[in-house]
Amino acid sequence: MMEISQVINYLKEYNGPEIKLMEVCGTHTASIFKSGIRSLISPEIKLISGPGCPVCVTPTSYIDKCIDYAMMENHVLVTFGDMIKVPGEKESLSSAKGAGAKVEIMYSPFEVIEKAAANPNITYVIAAVGFETTAPIYALVIGEAMEKGIKNIKLVTSLKTVIPALEWICENEEGIDGFICPGHVSVIIGSEAYAELAKKYKRPFSVAGFEPEHILAVIYDLVKQIEQNRTPGMYSSNDPKNEETVHNLYKNAVKMEGNQKAVGVLKKYFDEGPAMWRGLGIIEGSGLYLKTEYEEYDGGSKGLDLDNELPEECCCGQVIVGRLNPNECQLFGKACTPTNPYGPCMVSSEGACGIWYRNI
Amino acid sequence: MCIAMPGKIVELDGMKAKVDFKGTVVNVNIGLIDARVGDYALVHAGCAIEIMAKDKAEELIELFESLEM
Repeated sequence: MMEISQVINYLKEYNGPEIKLMEVCGTHTASIFKSGIRSLISPEIKLISGPGCPVCVTPTSYIDKCIDYAMMENHVLVTFGDMIKVPGEKESLSSAKGAGAKVEIMYSPFEVIEKAAANPNITYVIAAVGFETTAPIYALVIGEAMEKGIKNIKLVTSLKTVIPALEWICENEEGIDGFICPGHVSVIIGSEAYAELAKKYKRPFSVAGFEPEHILAVIYDLVKQIEQNRTPGMYSSNDPKNEETVHNLYKNAVKMEGNQKAVGVLKKYFDEGPAMWRGLGIIEGSGLYLKTEYEEYDGGSKGLDLDNELPEECCCGQVIVGRLNPNECQLFGKACTPTNPYGPCMVSSEGACGIWYRNI
Repeated sequence: MCIAMPGKIVELDGMKAKVDFKGTVVNVNIGLIDARVGDYALVHAGCAIEIMAKDKAEELIELFESLEM
């Protein structure tokens, strides 16, 4: 058994070749800062951001669609809070609200059911943004609306799945040695979901929780696997974990097969399709769209691919694939701040730039 | 990508449950889990997405036991 002090010591003393690990998920980026882990580990172990911020990868045409609904008579646009300052082509939901658009913030999509029941003459349009953690929740809202005969709810979806994006990164980005898999997406899809990528690209994928201990353990685990890959036979192959392709270090919440009920809900309500990821482009099969039988609840989610060019100096597109750290962007903390964001990475609670700004 | 918090299920009511987050009790949808009173549920955006298998302290002990020397 390793003591935490031994793990920290090992990581601090590491002086082998540079290792780059991608923290796929914005919530991991925040946890890493909160626990001060960068100051504990060797400078040869580099932690880079990934595309795991659903708001950051949403194109401007999606925001514009939401604004259009918010401006329509008898319509209210309902959204999570971190969407409202994200710029569309001309403005954000926040500035549109200032000009009379009807925008309400939700803490849970289920709140919309009560609102819709109480106000049958208003159509409530939910800005349904998220990954696999949140997608089943929007589906349950539609299911409950159908059961109760509530027709005045629509979803405009910007729902994306993680595996195709990770495959894109493995194909298009060089030098990433291992991946810290998103903890709560993995609760839904399971740790085995990453196994094919790990085998195909011969790189370790390990699932972690969000406590400092989880993060230290996963960095240690990935570094060990990378060293082993570089020097086959370096460590004993009797450890049964060496037989697993994906190491699950968040067993309290993540099963190999994931949450099968949630996976069933996703299959029941959604089809896969192409989706536009700001900074990456269109990735086939990476979007989730309500099936035809639920189309009366869809607010026109397909084809929202147009994305305004980010301002020339904005590095969001490079930050979300780990090519740059946020503080390497010339706008960071100067022209671009959370109150005056140039790009979505500074706005969203899970955007790397916003997280770095609040923590360094 | 998604913030979720563990809380204790204190009451069940069909597809909903009351979940206690250290004194704050909130209504949560339990359509994605098989819930029992007393379980700790991981809750995201008003919905329980999983039952936590053990308490945090026990989990972390086992985690470090499993790390390769």
